[in-house]
Amino acid sequence: MFIINCPFCGERDHSEFKAGGEAHIERPKQPTELSDDEWAQYLFMRKNIKGIQFERWNHAHGCRKWFNMIRDTSNDEIKSIYKMGEKPPLK
Amino acid sequence: MKNRYSIFSLIKNAFSYHENWQKAWKDPVPKKEYDAVIIGGGGHGLATAYYLAKKHNMKNIAVVEKGWIGGGNTGRNTTIIRSNYLWDASAGLYDHALKLWEGLSQEINYNVMFSQRGVMNLAHNLQDVRDLKRRTHANRLNGIDAYYLSTEEVKKFCPIINTSPDIRYPVLGGTLQKRAGTARHDAVAWGYARGADEMGVDIIQNCEVKGIKRNGDEIEGLETNKGFIKTKKVGVVAAGHSSVLANMAGLRLPLESKPLQALVSEPVKPIIDTVVMSNAVHAYVSQSDKGELVIGAGTDDYISYSQKGSHQIVEGTLNAIIELYPIFSRMRMLRQWGGIVDICPDASPIISKTTIKGLYFNCGWGTGGFKATPGSGDLFAHTIANDEPHKLNAAFNLNRFVSGDLVDEHGAAAVAH
Repeated sequence: MFIINCPFCGERDHSEFKAGGEAHIERPKQPTELSDDEWAQYLFMRKNIKGIQFERWNHAHGCRKWFNMIRDTSNDEIKSIYKMGEKPPLK
Repeated sequence: MKNRYSIFSLIKNAFSYHENWQKAWKDPVPKKEYDAVIIGGGGHGLATAYYLAKKHNMKNIAVVEKGWIGGGNTGRNTTIIRSNYLWDASAGLYDHALKLWEGLSQEINYNVMFSQRGVMNLAHNLQDVRDLKRRTHANRLNGIDAYYLSTEEVKKFCPIINTSPDIRYPVLGGTLQKRAGTARHDAVAWGYARGADEMGVDIIQNCEVKGIKRNGDEIEGLETNKGFIKTKKVGVVAAGHSSVLANMAGLRLPLESKPLQALVSEPVKPIIDTVVMSNAVHAYVSQSDKGELVIGAGTDDYISYSQKGSHQIVEGTLNAIIELYPIFSRMRMLRQWGGIVDICPDASPIISKTTIKGLYFNCGWGTGGFKATPGSGDLFAHTIANDEPHKLNAAFNLNRFVSGDLVDEHGAAAVAH
């Protein structure tokens, strides 16, 4: 249970949001060139980090906009929130 | 040699006020080297060790567990056992496990309280009805007992269900697997631990793996908080923490770890003598031998290792429970908890070799691993001992995410994941 500070709407309960999984996974630039193994990496393989993770969230029951979040998955503490296209504030 | 548990040993020990029971397993310090090490002392890991020693004569092995045995998802699930899966590969896997359950208490001389009280799955809309009928036929073709029930038959089998057509999600029918049921989850871990320990397996608790040492593409050993353990074979059975261990070995897995919650009510007199699951409204309920209602809720959609879930998940489940069972509306809930489940994109497990020689993974069981415990252990032991999968787990390899040959049980598996 945590509060999420939507960059467009402000603080809301996280039940209004939908998690979108790992962030910064780039869609292959030349899909026709990809091997099966590279497709598997892109489609299925995930870091699934215990600790600081970069992820996407959607304010599904609010403004319906997507944004990025840095969150500690070991205790659900939100470290930072930033808009799509912005550089992550932490490395 | 372990003393056998029986009615006579129970009577004998009663005379000494149950103070002289033999220790069920030792508390060894790790040896320098093992033929194989299993990471994870849950039901699946301990079963793997048991079958490695019993069927494959690998006795110089260890199970390392970072906490205490059976303290993870083994002790947190809702103990449901069934094998009514849609696809052939899954049916083979889960029914293999169910057949082992049927003789398990005798085999390991430990009462796992396996109770074949039946599992009923409800249909709440037309698509549910079609899916359930299709699954019933598929199950029968695979030799799994399955029946389709009308609304009246559902009511007859479990009279406390509200089958009124006026509720939000009316009961339109259901399926029944009579061989399915429940078992005592802790006893499964303890029974396998005792059996494995008797055959010489070292069960090392409070032993956390900090690193997996590789020499090129071969396994050399494990760095743990109790020192370095040399071994050529490592079987990882770490459920929600599988990705953490895979990262140590430089591997990626197709898993996401999410919180799954369950709760129990105050104990009451026997009221529900079967297991009822409802996919569409996501509620399932059974009653433990102590009398508590055991209720399974759903997973949260975000990745977390915190073993805490969201309140609205529990609320949604209880809304559904109260509508389906108005008689429970004033029950008080006693405890609620979460576990971390490792979910695969196709909602099927991985019991597989990896690209690293001597490293094996048994993971991805998601929300439904408990039912497979004996089968999972048996097949994983086969895979580790022979460096080849058994034909029953060949489809559940890691390479299926590259080849595209997925075992898509999402929604087909009689429960929402």
